[in-house]
Amino acid sequence: MSATAILTTAMPTAGQHGITEHSDGRFGYVPVQTRSDRFTSVNVADFGPVTGREAVWKLSPVKKFTDLTTGALDGSQYPVESISVAGVSVAWVGRGDSRIGSAGAPEERASANAWSSFEKALAITISGEEAKEITVTRAQLGSGPRGAHTIIEAKPFSRAILILSNTGEARLTENVEIILGESANLTVVSLQEWGDTAVHLTNHFATIGRDARLKHVVVTLGGSIVRVNPSVRLSGAGSDTELLGLYFADAGQHLEQQVFVNHAAPNSRSRVTYKGALQGQGARTVWIGDVLIGRDAAGTDSYEQNRNLVLTEGTRADSIPNLEIETGDIKGAGHASATGRFDDEQLFYLQSRGITEDEARRLVVRGFLSEIVQQIGSPVLEERLQAAIEAELTESTPA
Amino acid sequence: MSVLQIIDLHVSVETDQGTKQILHGVNLTINEGEIHAIMGPNGSGKSTLAYTIAGHPKYTVDSGSILLDGEEVTTMTVDQRARAGLFLAMQYPVEIPGVTVTNFLRTAKTATDGVAPPIRTWIKEVRDSMKQLRMDKSFAERNVNEGFSGGEKKRNEILQLELLRPRFAVLDETDSGLDVDALKIVSEGVNRAKENTGLGLLLITHYTRILRYITPDFVHVFVDGRIAEQGGPELADRLEDEGYDRYQSKAVAR
Repeated sequence: MSATAILTTAMPTAGQHGITEHSDGRFGYVPVQTRSDRFTSVNVADFGPVTGREAVWKLSPVKKFTDLTTGALDGSQYPVESISVAGVSVAWVGRGDSRIGSAGAPEERASANAWSSFEKALAITISGEEAKEITVTRAQLGSGPRGAHTIIEAKPFSRAILILSNTGEARLTENVEIILGESANLTVVSLQEWGDTAVHLTNHFATIGRDARLKHVVVTLGGSIVRVNPSVRLSGAGSDTELLGLYFADAGQHLEQQVFVNHAAPNSRSRVTYKGALQGQGARTVWIGDVLIGRDAAGTDSYEQNRNLVLTEGTRADSIPNLEIETGDIKGAGHASATGRFDDEQLFYLQSRGITEDEARRLVVRGFLSEIVQQIGSPVLEERLQAAIEAELTESTPA
Repeated sequence: MSVLQIIDLHVSVETDQGTKQILHGVNLTINEGEIHAIMGPNGSGKSTLAYTIAGHPKYTVDSGSILLDGEEVTTMTVDQRARAGLFLAMQYPVEIPGVTVTNFLRTAKTATDGVAPPIRTWIKEVRDSMKQLRMDKSFAERNVNEGFSGGEKKRNEILQLELLRPRFAVLDETDSGLDVDALKIVSEGVNRAKENTGLGLLLITHYTRILRYITPDFVHVFVDGRIAEQGGPELADRLEDEGYDRYQSKAVAR
């Protein structure tokens, strides 16, 4: 069995209020290639100049970060803050480290540019079966263009919650490899609370061993252009991944995520849930969700969904789920996408019950996004994120 | 004793064709505990009156007053009006994504009362009201009006009416689209709210059907943006027999 589905939902401008496009199995659509057949290379010279017409770039403001796609990058070490936790080592390793390249390879030029440029990789190695939580913070990357590489390895049977916290200024392109050994249970939370001018392009490549479980959470609140592309390969039988995302785009912000789940082993399971809110002139979000259920992935159970909440005029949310199935012997595969507005009638309804305008807006966004926050599994972080969302809503009350 | 006065109210709305006058001098006084029915043909301005009282931004008050216990309502924001004790049960309640009924009710109750309701009694109160309105418990955890049928939306409106305990409520065609069973349940809810709180009611309807279950003290016939005739419940019976033709032909002749 083979099936391809494309679904696009855009809710852009005043002129297009209420118009959504939905086409499932669009007539005449022929996939150029399967998702896993995309060209990859760790060498930046193998990629031509970025035009913005490439599949991976067509919804990104490529002109605004040519320094990251084509310029020379600073690949040196940078300050990293973390409190030492038993069972977790954080260290810089050389390019010869055997883990480098084991979870994936660049599909586009910015990613390859970073790969070609980094001098040492930051390696976070997790071992031990007891539950633990560690936060690794990057807050001083500076405003010059940088390339970086991070290895996250969860040894077999290990268990941890790892929070990657990003704040301050940055012009960064990077690759993050996440390697889960057999039966490892790892949560990775990538938290983008950058300063207003930051540009961050990151590719997370994960490979998940037999019976291992990765919960991957992308939270993007701050930054000018933030593109987080998680790509997860379910390599071992019975492997499991939950990919969660939460983003809140304000005026002028471009927040993008291209998610790829590759079911490459039998009885693997994946769930993808991304939710975003948009508010203010020029707030822009992109979500592309690709799921590939390969020939060897019998018994796959997969579902992906994206929800966007549009709070004001002048925003645009693109939402494109794609599902590719190469075996008929699966448990389930589905996708959903919806982009809805918080409009004047909703506001009127809530106000007519005594709720102030500000509170009404907060109520709606809080309810909408908390579904993701509640699934992170770290009470301290959950509380902090609720507060961060609250702050977003307070500081950027739209005109 | 609370009183809601509408005095020589003129209201217009902006349309693509320019400004359109809809209400041409409405006078109406509702005392606490009274039920007033406003009946009229489609397009007579009934809903405009309802939304103007609630403060919908689409409608502009050109002149006249709405006074709640002597205080001017027309200069208040929508939420201020609700906190002052006004309530509008809407004809087409909107869906609110991401907000559960439970969360919404608690937030609205806190807003209208100025303090959060005591948790234990509040939960019981919500549960009891839902039960009486034959709303399944699962409604509490669903998003407000999302995927609700027409009848469920109306019940949800009356649930709020019962729980928020306003001093005056406007019911905008609450009966429309309800089958007879749902109509009875909704009417019982309205009667219960009135019994419990003694609120004043402005019942806007096209049909006399709902007046079989909610007995009005006064009936006003609304034609061409003003009240054309007033009377007791017997006026509703007459409208049932004769319809609105009599008023409309008069309006045309004028």
